[in-house]
Amino acid sequence: MEKLEALHQNNKMNARLRKNSIWKSIFFLSTLFGLVVLAILIIRVLIQGLEWIDLEFITSRLSTQADKAGIMGAILGTLWVMVVVIPVTLIIGVGSAIYLELYSKKGKIQSFIETNIANLAGVPSIVYGLLGLTAFVRLMDLGNVVLAGGLTLALLVLPILIVSAQEALRAVPGHLSEASYGMGATKWQTIRKIILPAALPSILTGSILALSRAIGETAPLTVLGIPALLIPFPQGLLDTFTALPMQIYYWTLDSSLVAEYANLAAATIVILLLILFILNSIAIIIRNKYHQRN
Amino acid sequence: MSITTQKKVQIDVKNNDTTTESKTEQPRVVYDTKDLNLWYSETHALKDINLEVTENEVTAIIGPSGCGKSTYIKTLNRMVELVPGVGTTGTIAYKGKNILDNSMKVEDLRTQVGMVFQKPNPFPKSIYENVTYGPKIHGIKKKSLLDEIVENSLRGAAIWDEVKDRLNQNAYGLSGGQQQRVCIARCLAIEPDVILMDEPTSALDPISTLKVEELIKELKKKYTIIIVTHNMQQAARISDKTVFMLNGEVVEFSETDQLFSNPKDKRTEDYITGRFG
Repeated sequence: MEKLEALHQNNKMNARLRKNSIWKSIFFLSTLFGLVVLAILIIRVLIQGLEWIDLEFITSRLSTQADKAGIMGAILGTLWVMVVVIPVTLIIGVGSAIYLELYSKKGKIQSFIETNIANLAGVPSIVYGLLGLTAFVRLMDLGNVVLAGGLTLALLVLPILIVSAQEALRAVPGHLSEASYGMGATKWQTIRKIILPAALPSILTGSILALSRAIGETAPLTVLGIPALLIPFPQGLLDTFTALPMQIYYWTLDSSLVAEYANLAAATIVILLLILFILNSIAIIIRNKYHQRN
Repeated sequence: MSITTQKKVQIDVKNNDTTTESKTEQPRVVYDTKDLNLWYSETHALKDINLEVTENEVTAIIGPSGCGKSTYIKTLNRMVELVPGVGTTGTIAYKGKNILDNSMKVEDLRTQVGMVFQKPNPFPKSIYENVTYGPKIHGIKKKSLLDEIVENSLRGAAIWDEVKDRLNQNAYGLSGGQQQRVCIARCLAIEPDVILMDEPTSALDPISTLKVEELIKELKKKYTIIIVTHNMQQAARISDKTVFMLNGEVVEFSETDQLFSNPKDKRTEDYITGRFG
């Protein structure tokens, strides 16, 4: 009976409740910290850059004169790079994930490969820049063109995509594929008709995260020698290009020389955020559509 | 078209068989298991199994959890191979062909041997797409034929009247019992000869269970059914023969009536009288 009394002592209950609310506030403050910092950042960027954004800024060519400078070239460059990055990462990334998760025999080699892919996701992006410089710019002799930049960024985000696609495939309930195999479906039929559709929403989320990373990367591009001051627009995969993050980087760097460059950098950041926002929204819309259909 | 007429002919033949009941004619053995041993890595899960399953009968497998009954039924369509590290010795002859030596394509085997699972597992698709999944993966594309298959299969699974007006709705919207009958219809759609059922009613309420049991009695006329159940009353109600398994071994295998009324083995008696398990 002593035990029961201990259970019902009110002061202990209060202590537990107090502890609960303390932890609740700690978690709330951690969330708040991130949100506040982000808000300050965005507000500062908006204050600095918003005035500078108009149709002319978006559509005109680059110029050394701050009031005439535009970022169309950088926008086109980023889009062209995406033309390379999206198919390369999706096909190779999802393909590798399907092989590793569904076809290959689970064993030591498999787990060795998976560990290494996970490690690659953590390699600093500048190292990928060096790899791209050696392999694509020099060895394949492409020069610092869209194709070289796109392939480098694709390599950079591939591990992220493979890992997330593998997780998405793993999360498909086993009883669905069992039902398919149980009717005499081959592995490919089961993957194509059951596993991939079920995993698609998560794979999409993963790929958008990976692509956002690729769009925002600067370090590998600087290593590749991507120019910031480039007047002509890129028109194809073998043209030289500049990209939005490069533009931001150089304008920020040179803002000590020309004060307005800081505003231009801020304005470009706003545009970059907008592009990322649009991309994310598209992913969410596609995902929701798929969810409804299922 | 040819598929349905063929089936009808088959049914007629089978009906004749049951009506004549000639004692001279040997009942056809569908599955002949000889000295089957199975390991999950180091665990010896099935030990020297010898069993014969006869055509157009319901064979129930009972036994406590972990006795190997689910493992055994999954070996019959080689679904057990989805578990990594499984090894077998011995033979299982399906209509005379050993299925464990890869002489028969596993896809072919699973087309002739359908399976209904413990938890209702419809695809997250419409009822129609669920039932046509099997025929489609086997290459049937013609809409009129698919429509016919859907109706026949759903009728066969005694759920046509409940879902005929909402074939294009997602199967997830159905109740658990209805989902399980759609899964049975999906299985019938590939026109199997044998249906394996792995505790098909364990996730269902009593009324749904009753419906599925009635359905099984009906299906027996056309199909050979092997059902794993932990419910002894269920085995007694619906099966012709019963296998009692314990610790990976077949303890007793006989006519259901005999096994429940007059078990030969002490362990069987202990189990069916509720002394353990």
